[in-house]
Amino acid sequence: MATEVAENPLVKGLERLPVHPTTLVIFGATGDLSQRKLLPALYNLAHEGALPERFNLIGFSRREKAHSDYAALAKESIRRFSRREPKDEVLDALLEHVRYIPGNFDDDDAYVRLAAQLDEFDEQAELVFNRIFYLSTAPAFFPVIVSALGKRKLNRHKGAEVRVVIEKPFGTDLKTARELNTIVLREFNERQVFRIDHYLGKETVQNIMAFRFANAMFEPVWNRNYIDNVQITAAEDIGIGTRAGYYDHAGALRDLVQNHMLQLLTLLCMEPPIAFTADGVRNEKVKVLSAIRPPRPEEVAKMAVRAQYAAGVSAGEDAVGYLEEDGVPDDSTTETYVALRLEVSNWRWAGVPIYLRTGKRLARKVTEIAVTLRPVPHLAFQTEGSVGVQPNQLVLTVQPNEGVSLSLGAKIPGATMRIRPVMMEFQYGTSFMSESPEAYERLILDAMRGEATLFTRNDEVDALWSIVDPILEAWSDHTGALPQYPAGSQGPAEADELLSDGHHWRAL
Amino acid sequence: MNENVTDDVWSAQDTSPDAIEAALRELLRQRHAEDATFVPARVLNLVVIVDRDWRGEIENRLEQVGRYHPSRTIVCAVDPRRTTLDAWVTMSAEGGKSPGELCVGHERVELELGPKHLARLDTIIDPLVVTDLATLLWSPHGHPEAVDSLIALAQVVLLDSVDEPELRLALERVTELANKAYVVDLAWLRSTPWRERVAATFDPKPWREELRRISAVKARHHPESGVAGVLFFGWLASRLGWQPGSLLDTGGVLHGKASSRRQEVALRLEPDPRQSVRGLAGVSIETASGMSISLDRAPGGLRATRRTHDGRESQWTLLGASRGEGGILGEGVRQALLRDPTYRPALDAARAMVA
Repeated sequence: MATEVAENPLVKGLERLPVHPTTLVIFGATGDLSQRKLLPALYNLAHEGALPERFNLIGFSRREKAHSDYAALAKESIRRFSRREPKDEVLDALLEHVRYIPGNFDDDDAYVRLAAQLDEFDEQAELVFNRIFYLSTAPAFFPVIVSALGKRKLNRHKGAEVRVVIEKPFGTDLKTARELNTIVLREFNERQVFRIDHYLGKETVQNIMAFRFANAMFEPVWNRNYIDNVQITAAEDIGIGTRAGYYDHAGALRDLVQNHMLQLLTLLCMEPPIAFTADGVRNEKVKVLSAIRPPRPEEVAKMAVRAQYAAGVSAGEDAVGYLEEDGVPDDSTTETYVALRLEVSNWRWAGVPIYLRTGKRLARKVTEIAVTLRPVPHLAFQTEGSVGVQPNQLVLTVQPNEGVSLSLGAKIPGATMRIRPVMMEFQYGTSFMSESPEAYERLILDAMRGEATLFTRNDEVDALWSIVDPILEAWSDHTGALPQYPAGSQGPAEADELLSDGHHWRAL
Repeated sequence: MNENVTDDVWSAQDTSPDAIEAALRELLRQRHAEDATFVPARVLNLVVIVDRDWRGEIENRLEQVGRYHPSRTIVCAVDPRRTTLDAWVTMSAEGGKSPGELCVGHERVELELGPKHLARLDTIIDPLVVTDLATLLWSPHGHPEAVDSLIALAQVVLLDSVDEPELRLALERVTELANKAYVVDLAWLRSTPWRERVAATFDPKPWREELRRISAVKARHHPESGVAGVLFFGWLASRLGWQPGSLLDTGGVLHGKASSRRQEVALRLEPDPRQSVRGLAGVSIETASGMSISLDRAPGGLRATRRTHDGRESQWTLLGASRGEGGILGEGVRQALLRDPTYRPALDAARAMVA
């Protein structure tokens, strides 16, 4: 064994690798995301001993508060939203030295105080902490905060890493995304920027890559010669709740398709990366997105359907339509349902329709990818008296019952050779004892480590918006009422028009 | 286990493995017929060999492993007076009450058997484990003949090396088992936070350089957890390339030396009567350049004290919750599915220190 200590020989075999001492600054520290997700995630990392050996937390927000008041707020949020019951001694130790900087995001003095606090942590510990700025604010403040950090020279720190974590949405269209990227990359290098899509932090989403690239049996059929079509579904049974203000400006296309669903598509369609490194994986994802030709304006109607939920019955209860929801304008043309037909124009996928659909107030909550294989070329079996031989279908379920199922044709017991599909299932919850960590726990820890694989790169953001932008533009030209679907249903009948002959939407 | 649990039970006296296996299959079939959402967990088999009179204590410990509950648990309760085989099979189902929610099943087989069964226990257990799942063997009350019988069947042996008070014997027995199967040692798992924290402490580059200047390591431990301390020394020795020397016992305190490429490393291991739970109580590491780091149990994690070569001292808390013995056992079950490449080298170095 070499005793030259270029590498730390003590880390071998450890599940929790050391993370450099870090100070985390949360902008929007009193906001909903911070209270529901970020602070509980930090507690759970602390509980498991996964935080850096030295860790400081600074909350930055507009409301006037003392350090102790913020600590009390954080404690309450953690108690309320943590996935496990917090232990007082760990919670107290985590929040013992928490600091709070009150100030508007464009207030120069607040950044002076922030810089002083950051330096004070370094001086007290006699070491240089890495710094992470987590932007958990309304998107309008992203450029303001990034510019202010640059102006106060907080974008660099000698002897340590400085990173900025930016929540979604990253822009509202291609133009605004590019503008934001320009501002961010004026102050930070790309390797310092961690754009979050929390979907990528989900274990079952990451499992798509494990499933594809750790099993030799799928690769031979994972192409246009064997795959007939792909359906990616992200259905919700709930309405917009109290989110009308946000949702009516966003709509289903921006809210779910531009980020989560296209991310699922890239993981399904990407080539195997040479190595599981940040750029290795992201290069392959960008190639997939680049192979999806953005629609021309006249093509949008043929490849995209939008709709709104109307009044109906959901889970046995009467449900109002979208236009009757509190806070939604009577003449809103915001879509609560989107179905798309895309095609990845490369050697592997050319000609395979990839259908995406997402919606609120649908029949049930499910997120899944269904890969339907082509039928067998010749059928020697009897079909009379049974549903017959169906094409094999591989379904990767992301939620609620995470797992994989494969439909296979099997003989129905009896004297004749009749076939019907049976299911071969793998359920995540029955095969692992570990509880999946919250996506934010994984992503915060990755950002502290500088591990960017599960974050979106600037060219990836550009490519995502390039696909969606023409659809948004075409829709903005059309101001008439949208097709409706009853709450609690399978979605609008118009979505069927996207399907090729012989295809049908999977029942939710 | 949560409150949302239902059980099906089968039992028989003076029975056979065939009958028990048939009962398992029938209970599974019945469950499926009653509830389409029922799915049996398929993670691993856990075979536990216990003294009948102390079965309750072990069952209580198994109840505390929470989500790390194995799929099929086979408890063999050894009764010195028994000559026949009695069995109880329980199929528990959790969840499945909300629409779309899976109902995950766990199977538990309890056997009461006698000493005559132990030497060929494999012939009883083999039909009862789920084929193709890893089988974890745990024999907290000894019964080495049963362990020897089952070792070929089990891929993993769970043990707690501090159960054997004599250090040399403890490490020899672990080594013997490690030569035949993968060993998960609870004593090693209790030291995981310590190893992680020492690794993290020396991870920043200025401190990483100090690794080769380590001149002294002291560890304090629960009075019955000397093995944990020696394994910790073994870990440092194996990871840092030290040549382990013998530890000498002076009034219960073990001390000795290891040789690194640059200098000798003084080792001292002492029991701490204030420590009420198994495992390490504190660790301190000094370097030849005059720096030191010590870690001690404290509320909310480990208290770290660092002294630099010019005598400046700083303290902070390394955050982390105590897992408790239930959590350690659960971690032991989880580790049965993983492989730690550093345990065996640490064990070999530890053995060299107590040889």
